[in-house]
Amino acid sequence: MNSSLFLSQLLNGLQLGVLLFLLSSGLTLIFGIMNFINLAHGSLYMVGAFVGAATYNASGSFLFSLVAAVASAAIVGLVVEHLVARPLYRHDHLYQVLATFGLMMFFNELAIVIWGNRPYFVTIPEVIRGSVEILGAQYPVYRLLIIAVGVVVAFGAWFLIQKTRFGMLVRAGTTHASMVSVLGANVDLLKKSLFMLGAALAGLAGTLAGPILSVQSGMGDPVLILALVVIVVGGIGSIRGALFAAILIAVIDTLGRAYLPQLLALALAPTAANTVGSALASMLIYLLMAFVLAFRPHGLMVSAKR
Amino acid sequence: MRKTTVAALVAGLFMAVPAAHADITIGFSGVLSGPQGVLGQDQRDGFMLAMEQLGGKFGDQKVNVVIEDDQLKPDVGAQIVQKFLERDKVDAIVGLGFSNVLMAELRRIKDSGVVAIATNAGPGPVAGKLCTPNLFGVAWQNDTMSEAMGQYVQDVGHKNAYLMTSSYQAGKDKLNGFKRYFKGDIVKEVYTPLGQLDFSAEISALQAASPEALFVFYTGGTGVNFVRQLRQAGIMGKTPVYSEGMIDSNTLVSLKTQADGNIYGATWAPVLDNPQSKKFVKAFEEKYGHTPSEYAANAYDAAYLLDTAVRKLNGDVSDREAFVKAVKAAGSEFPTVRGKFAFNTNNMPVQNLYAFKAEAQGDEIVVKQIATVFTDHQDAYVSECNMK
Repeated sequence: MNSSLFLSQLLNGLQLGVLLFLLSSGLTLIFGIMNFINLAHGSLYMVGAFVGAATYNASGSFLFSLVAAVASAAIVGLVVEHLVARPLYRHDHLYQVLATFGLMMFFNELAIVIWGNRPYFVTIPEVIRGSVEILGAQYPVYRLLIIAVGVVVAFGAWFLIQKTRFGMLVRAGTTHASMVSVLGANVDLLKKSLFMLGAALAGLAGTLAGPILSVQSGMGDPVLILALVVIVVGGIGSIRGALFAAILIAVIDTLGRAYLPQLLALALAPTAANTVGSALASMLIYLLMAFVLAFRPHGLMVSAKR
Repeated sequence: MRKTTVAALVAGLFMAVPAAHADITIGFSGVLSGPQGVLGQDQRDGFMLAMEQLGGKFGDQKVNVVIEDDQLKPDVGAQIVQKFLERDKVDAIVGLGFSNVLMAELRRIKDSGVVAIATNAGPGPVAGKLCTPNLFGVAWQNDTMSEAMGQYVQDVGHKNAYLMTSSYQAGKDKLNGFKRYFKGDIVKEVYTPLGQLDFSAEISALQAASPEALFVFYTGGTGVNFVRQLRQAGIMGKTPVYSEGMIDSNTLVSLKTQADGNIYGATWAPVLDNPQSKKFVKAFEEKYGHTPSEYAANAYDAAYLLDTAVRKLNGDVSDREAFVKAVKAAGSEFPTVRGKFAFNTNNMPVQNLYAFKAEAQGDEIVVKQIATVFTDHQDAYVSECNMK
């Protein structure tokens, strides 16, 4: 096995993990604290990607496009919370799923109305466009940047949750929501800001993913599925769990895709190994989820028993 | 099922013309919604543009067009064909969607004997054992563009090639088409799950293998992702990238200069130099505001093909068998954007295949024709078809 190839595969896993973490941290908090299933979370990711691409194409400033995308995702999140989520907090999960699934379709069609259904043009500044050599492996600068952003956000989230009053309320809210409101905290405001934060992170993930993936209507749907797997594996309501599970899942997925066909080739004929290997590789994360559900139904890193 | 009837749009303008026979009804079906909807919409736009240029008539017959969305679902496609035949009583069906949809529609088309023109699909079985007298492939047989790339990579003199595609039937057909003409070593064949978006793991492996040439078949948004990621990994510009289905007028809008250097096999591109092609590109850009893709071109050709066939029959299409014969003969007579065209014995095209190259010029991307790989090429399945 080639060690520099292995290193770049690890980096690939880490980079995917970062994107999944950004997406699932918001999802897990919203689910964990408000007990609200938001299938439209992937749409917020799409909003981030589209707004990021459009503002970068218009302004030429990457930083500005990042801020604009995150802000608009947060605003859309706020509107969604107010109009759709809030009336449904007290209702059954089924109602929430129906409503947010509808929202998902609404946003997908809206994106077609505004931007058309050809993949949208995205580019990135010259400085972060190429690739660099790390220990013998060529690696895209932009993907390294995503990893760096992920580390910063993870640290920021840790600080926010562990060291601030807001974080204290969030932590308390995950386990004893009614007690928190009895003690006089403004739970309504807490929910609103949490929803916005989740939306902003999803928007950030979308903007960052834009230049790698094709920005088009429906781009949030497949990622949402991965994010749901992440929060199940990590434990609902746990940011730490989301970080751990996102990276675990992404690394397993990446290494599985890269090495499983080769490993199987030791035992099977090359064509069979290729077919079985790639099929098995795309199943790995779901197998992991099944194991977690069977043996640790509350997730690997659940913050408390519910 | 979403339904759009555009009959009035083209026919309504020419109400005054007295018809010697009943009007001609054309059923158009294709994928008009979802991620692949762009392809079907292009075809509809290309077809309707030709109808407009023909004055809403084939020969001197008024034409009604009924448009349906197959949603890329084989069962929906089969229902649409049934509706066309039983309710709309169409004289010809145009479009017929992707290969999987066409395969589901095949039996009804064959039983009805109605003229059917596939403007996108050309699956191997339909070109071979299941060839049908009244079904025509006006676009291409699926393997042929990859065959052209195989031959081109062979001609360039690369000793080995690395092949990648999505894991489904068309992907396998394309790679087989490539291997039919490329005689060098195949470093590796990689099949990724259909719908996979991030190719980081596969690209790292590709980088480590450092082949002389890369051939890929990724369509639509998947192709856009793939090209971007190749460029960011620094492979584009180092390893020559050959493709099919990845570069077209639609994906170039989102890729622009990121596609620089990509060479692809196709039967038509907007640069192709002939009067019909120039007329088509100019009119399409004026009407729809963007450059037409080959999908639009195929459907545009289908309309002129039908027009020529109807003229041969002096407007009387009531005899289905005669209409089928007229369409087959019209194949080598109608004005085509591809310059030259004819139907083979299996009703698939005999046509030229070209290598095109996307090149950056400043901030713009232009497509250049770099080679005519095959002249009057016929597909590999024609000998399996028992039609004469």
